[in-house]
Amino acid sequence: MLALQGLVAGYEPGLPIVRGASLQVADREILTLLGPNGAGKSTLVKAIAGLVPITAGQVHLSGRDITGLGAHRLARAGLGFVPQTENVFTTLSIAENLALAGFFLPSHHQRRRVAAMYALFPDLAERRHTDAGRLSGGQRQMLAIARALIPEPRVVMLDEPSAGLSPKLVQVVFQKLVEIRAQGVTLVIVEQNAKAALAIADRGIVLVEGAPRFVGPAQDLASNPEVARLYLGRRETA
Amino acid sequence: MMDLVWLTLPQVIANGLLQGSAIALGAIGLTLTYSILRFANFTHGETISWGGYFTLTALAALTPWIGGIGKWGGLTFGWGLVVALGVGVVGASLLALALDRLLFATLRRHGSAITLVIASFGASLALRNLIVFVYGPESVQFTRELVIADRWLGGLVRVTPDQLAVLGLSAALAVGLTVFLRFTTTGRAMRATAENPALAQITGIDTAHVVRTVWVLGAVLATLAGVFIGITAQLRPELGFDLLLPLFAAAILGGIGSVPGAMLGGLIVGLAESAAVEYLHAGYRNAVGFLVLIAILVIRPTGLFAARG
Amino acid sequence: MALDLATYLVFFLILALNYAVLCLGLNLQWGFTGLFNVGVAGFFAIGAYTSAILTGPPRPEAVGGFDLPVLIGWLGGTLAAGVAALGVGWATLRLRHDYLAITTFGIAVTIQLVALNEEWLTGGAFGIEAIPRPLAAWFTSPTQYNLFYLGLTLALVALVFWGLERLVRGPWGRLLRAIREDEVAAASLGKDVRTQRLIAFALGSAIMGLAGAHFATFMGFIAPESFLPVVTFQVWAMLILGGSGNNRGAVLGAILVWGLWSVAGVTVKALLPPDLQVRGAALQVVLIGVVLAGVLLIRPRGLMGEERAISPHTQATATASTAPSSTPASGGPDAR
Repeated sequence: MLALQGLVAGYEPGLPIVRGASLQVADREILTLLGPNGAGKSTLVKAIAGLVPITAGQVHLSGRDITGLGAHRLARAGLGFVPQTENVFTTLSIAENLALAGFFLPSHHQRRRVAAMYALFPDLAERRHTDAGRLSGGQRQMLAIARALIPEPRVVMLDEPSAGLSPKLVQVVFQKLVEIRAQGVTLVIVEQNAKAALAIADRGIVLVEGAPRFVGPAQDLASNPEVARLYLGRRETA
Repeated sequence: MMDLVWLTLPQVIANGLLQGSAIALGAIGLTLTYSILRFANFTHGETISWGGYFTLTALAALTPWIGGIGKWGGLTFGWGLVVALGVGVVGASLLALALDRLLFATLRRHGSAITLVIASFGASLALRNLIVFVYGPESVQFTRELVIADRWLGGLVRVTPDQLAVLGLSAALAVGLTVFLRFTTTGRAMRATAENPALAQITGIDTAHVVRTVWVLGAVLATLAGVFIGITAQLRPELGFDLLLPLFAAAILGGIGSVPGAMLGGLIVGLAESAAVEYLHAGYRNAVGFLVLIAILVIRPTGLFAARG
Repeated sequence: MALDLATYLVFFLILALNYAVLCLGLNLQWGFTGLFNVGVAGFFAIGAYTSAILTGPPRPEAVGGFDLPVLIGWLGGTLAAGVAALGVGWATLRLRHDYLAITTFGIAVTIQLVALNEEWLTGGAFGIEAIPRPLAAWFTSPTQYNLFYLGLTLALVALVFWGLERLVRGPWGRLLRAIREDEVAAASLGKDVRTQRLIAFALGSAIMGLAGAHFATFMGFIAPESFLPVVTFQVWAMLILGGSGNNRGAVLGAILVWGLWSVAGVTVKALLPPDLQVRGAALQVVLIGVVLAGVLLIRPRGLMGEERAISPHTQATATASTAPSSTPASGGPDAR
């Protein structure tokens, strides 16, 4: 579904943060990207999303080369992205956020998608005329996910969807992600909260110094003592 | 003395609203470009001047075909001006797009926002002097026709039909733009880009296209402001430069990004200028905008309205 | 002919070096501290008028004309501009960069209006005349005097240059650059960022005031049109061309841009008929504007660039801090 080949990306030329990442994400898979701070997890998804320059390598989505396509083209190409912060338009209402999210769709299709999102997240339907800036952290995250889902993407990448949420809310959000996968969407989740992410993921990848170090089924990674000690343990003690 | 104030007050208010509506048109353009381009664009004043001069040139060049400025009822202009205005708008838009392409786009990619301000400050002086070079330092008028001011309120207020038309058109434009920003996809895309360009791109908005749209929109509003001033007063090379402080004051007073805020801010600055000229000292007219600006920056730097379409 | 050229060259150098002093003041504010001042002409005017009023002959129609020694005038001009900047800076330095740009621009406009309107103080549109020159009686010809004044000017530039170099290469200069690069980090080190910025702003403006005093004394006559925004524009072009953050660059930029300006002026005078001179003179500004834009686009660091500029080390940290850290927004609610 999503394939990376030798991806090199960074903000400054000559200072790559992602250094040769190759990986395959299968259809309807939940893949979680783990790793220590500064490993380049966020930069990797931002590079795929067209927000960080790619200097080498390729990205394919459903067999189509989308390398360097430009962030605004990717939503139409079937790739959704939920940034970690500032992931909703705070000065726009919920309804306006969602209306904008699929503005390039035919209007009847767009309306159907908005209705589907209100069905998936009933909280949002109740407050549709509220400015997104006045939502709680959990509601904001739901809106951000709904926003990414409106154009019916095949792959959605989420950058730390659990950040800043209470453990209870993390469970709620992650449960929604499982539901969304069940509807046929492939998910790539960058997470610090390895335990919660591995609990819903099919596979995990541990990124170290800008390249994948460990790849494997989620259970294997969760039980791998070396991985746990080196890269996952710090959250437990934090 | 009090009697005198009461007798002059209606005219002072009328003048203030007229001056204010021109400031408001400029400030609306400025606040939109400011919120999306994210830098204090000093060339906006020159776009007002150039828009006015372009229209004047078009009027002169097209006279054999359109037969001059035209005449609608008691107004000093008609269809001729509308045609010329269309040409002026195109000219000012091309000027703004060229500036962006040649100067600001490159600096946006590589420099900081403040480099853009330096560049715009330099470009504004160059553009103003280019007017002096092309058109000369003297002031020019759209029409030599003398208009008789109508008397209102038992003769306390004298307003020309041109002035009333300009006031009404400005208000209509402000309302139209507010509706446009609130309820159309392009309007929402502009507000989204103003708030968060990266997220706007992720959402599928071509922000480069939004930037070009806002340059054109700003140029259209600037040209209208320039022509309105040209009709009710005159065109001078310093026109846009003298408007800079009132424009910034109005835009910041209203809250950057807010169209109704810029409209109200423009009217407030216009009224303050008019009152200062009448009751304090005519020589300090250009400093009034600055005083309003300082006051608002010290008291409430975010402006009277939050940045909400 | 050769003598004429030499006379002109002396005159040219005095004015170019006068701009160099202005440019050094702006360099302290922008180059070293990152303060965006678009009101250079305003502080220049304050220095010039203060000095002219202090040193000038008594004027029947206006206050001032205290006939004081030139040195007192220069000190007064420096001090007045510095004090004015303290007030202005106190109100505006906490604002965003672009708001500071707009307000300083407004200050310059307002000061020019005061110069134009307050006849009791500034002589209005006619300005102030017969401002005395120091030791004028010792010289027999204007050329001789200008040569002496050039020496005086060189000494002044050297003094300002030397003082600024000492300041910016010392601990205070490092602190200013730290504030410029990362205000938050500097503040977290326990440095009072606002006070340091205010001091740098006032000191830079005081130097502009000194330049104003020097200008008034040399010209012997000042009027509001000497302090138009175009002065600010020229000084910015000088600093950007020479290389902001580099004092030698500031002086070099001043001489080059003033040279370009003067050559353009002479060309316009020589080529255009008298009735087109005003229009032609406008092209001088356009030319400098094109130069400014070109430098910003092609060589943003200017001819000299900043010495010991952003070292590779700082650059690496800057990149690291803008890189998307994988740090969670807070260690709070989601930490177990």
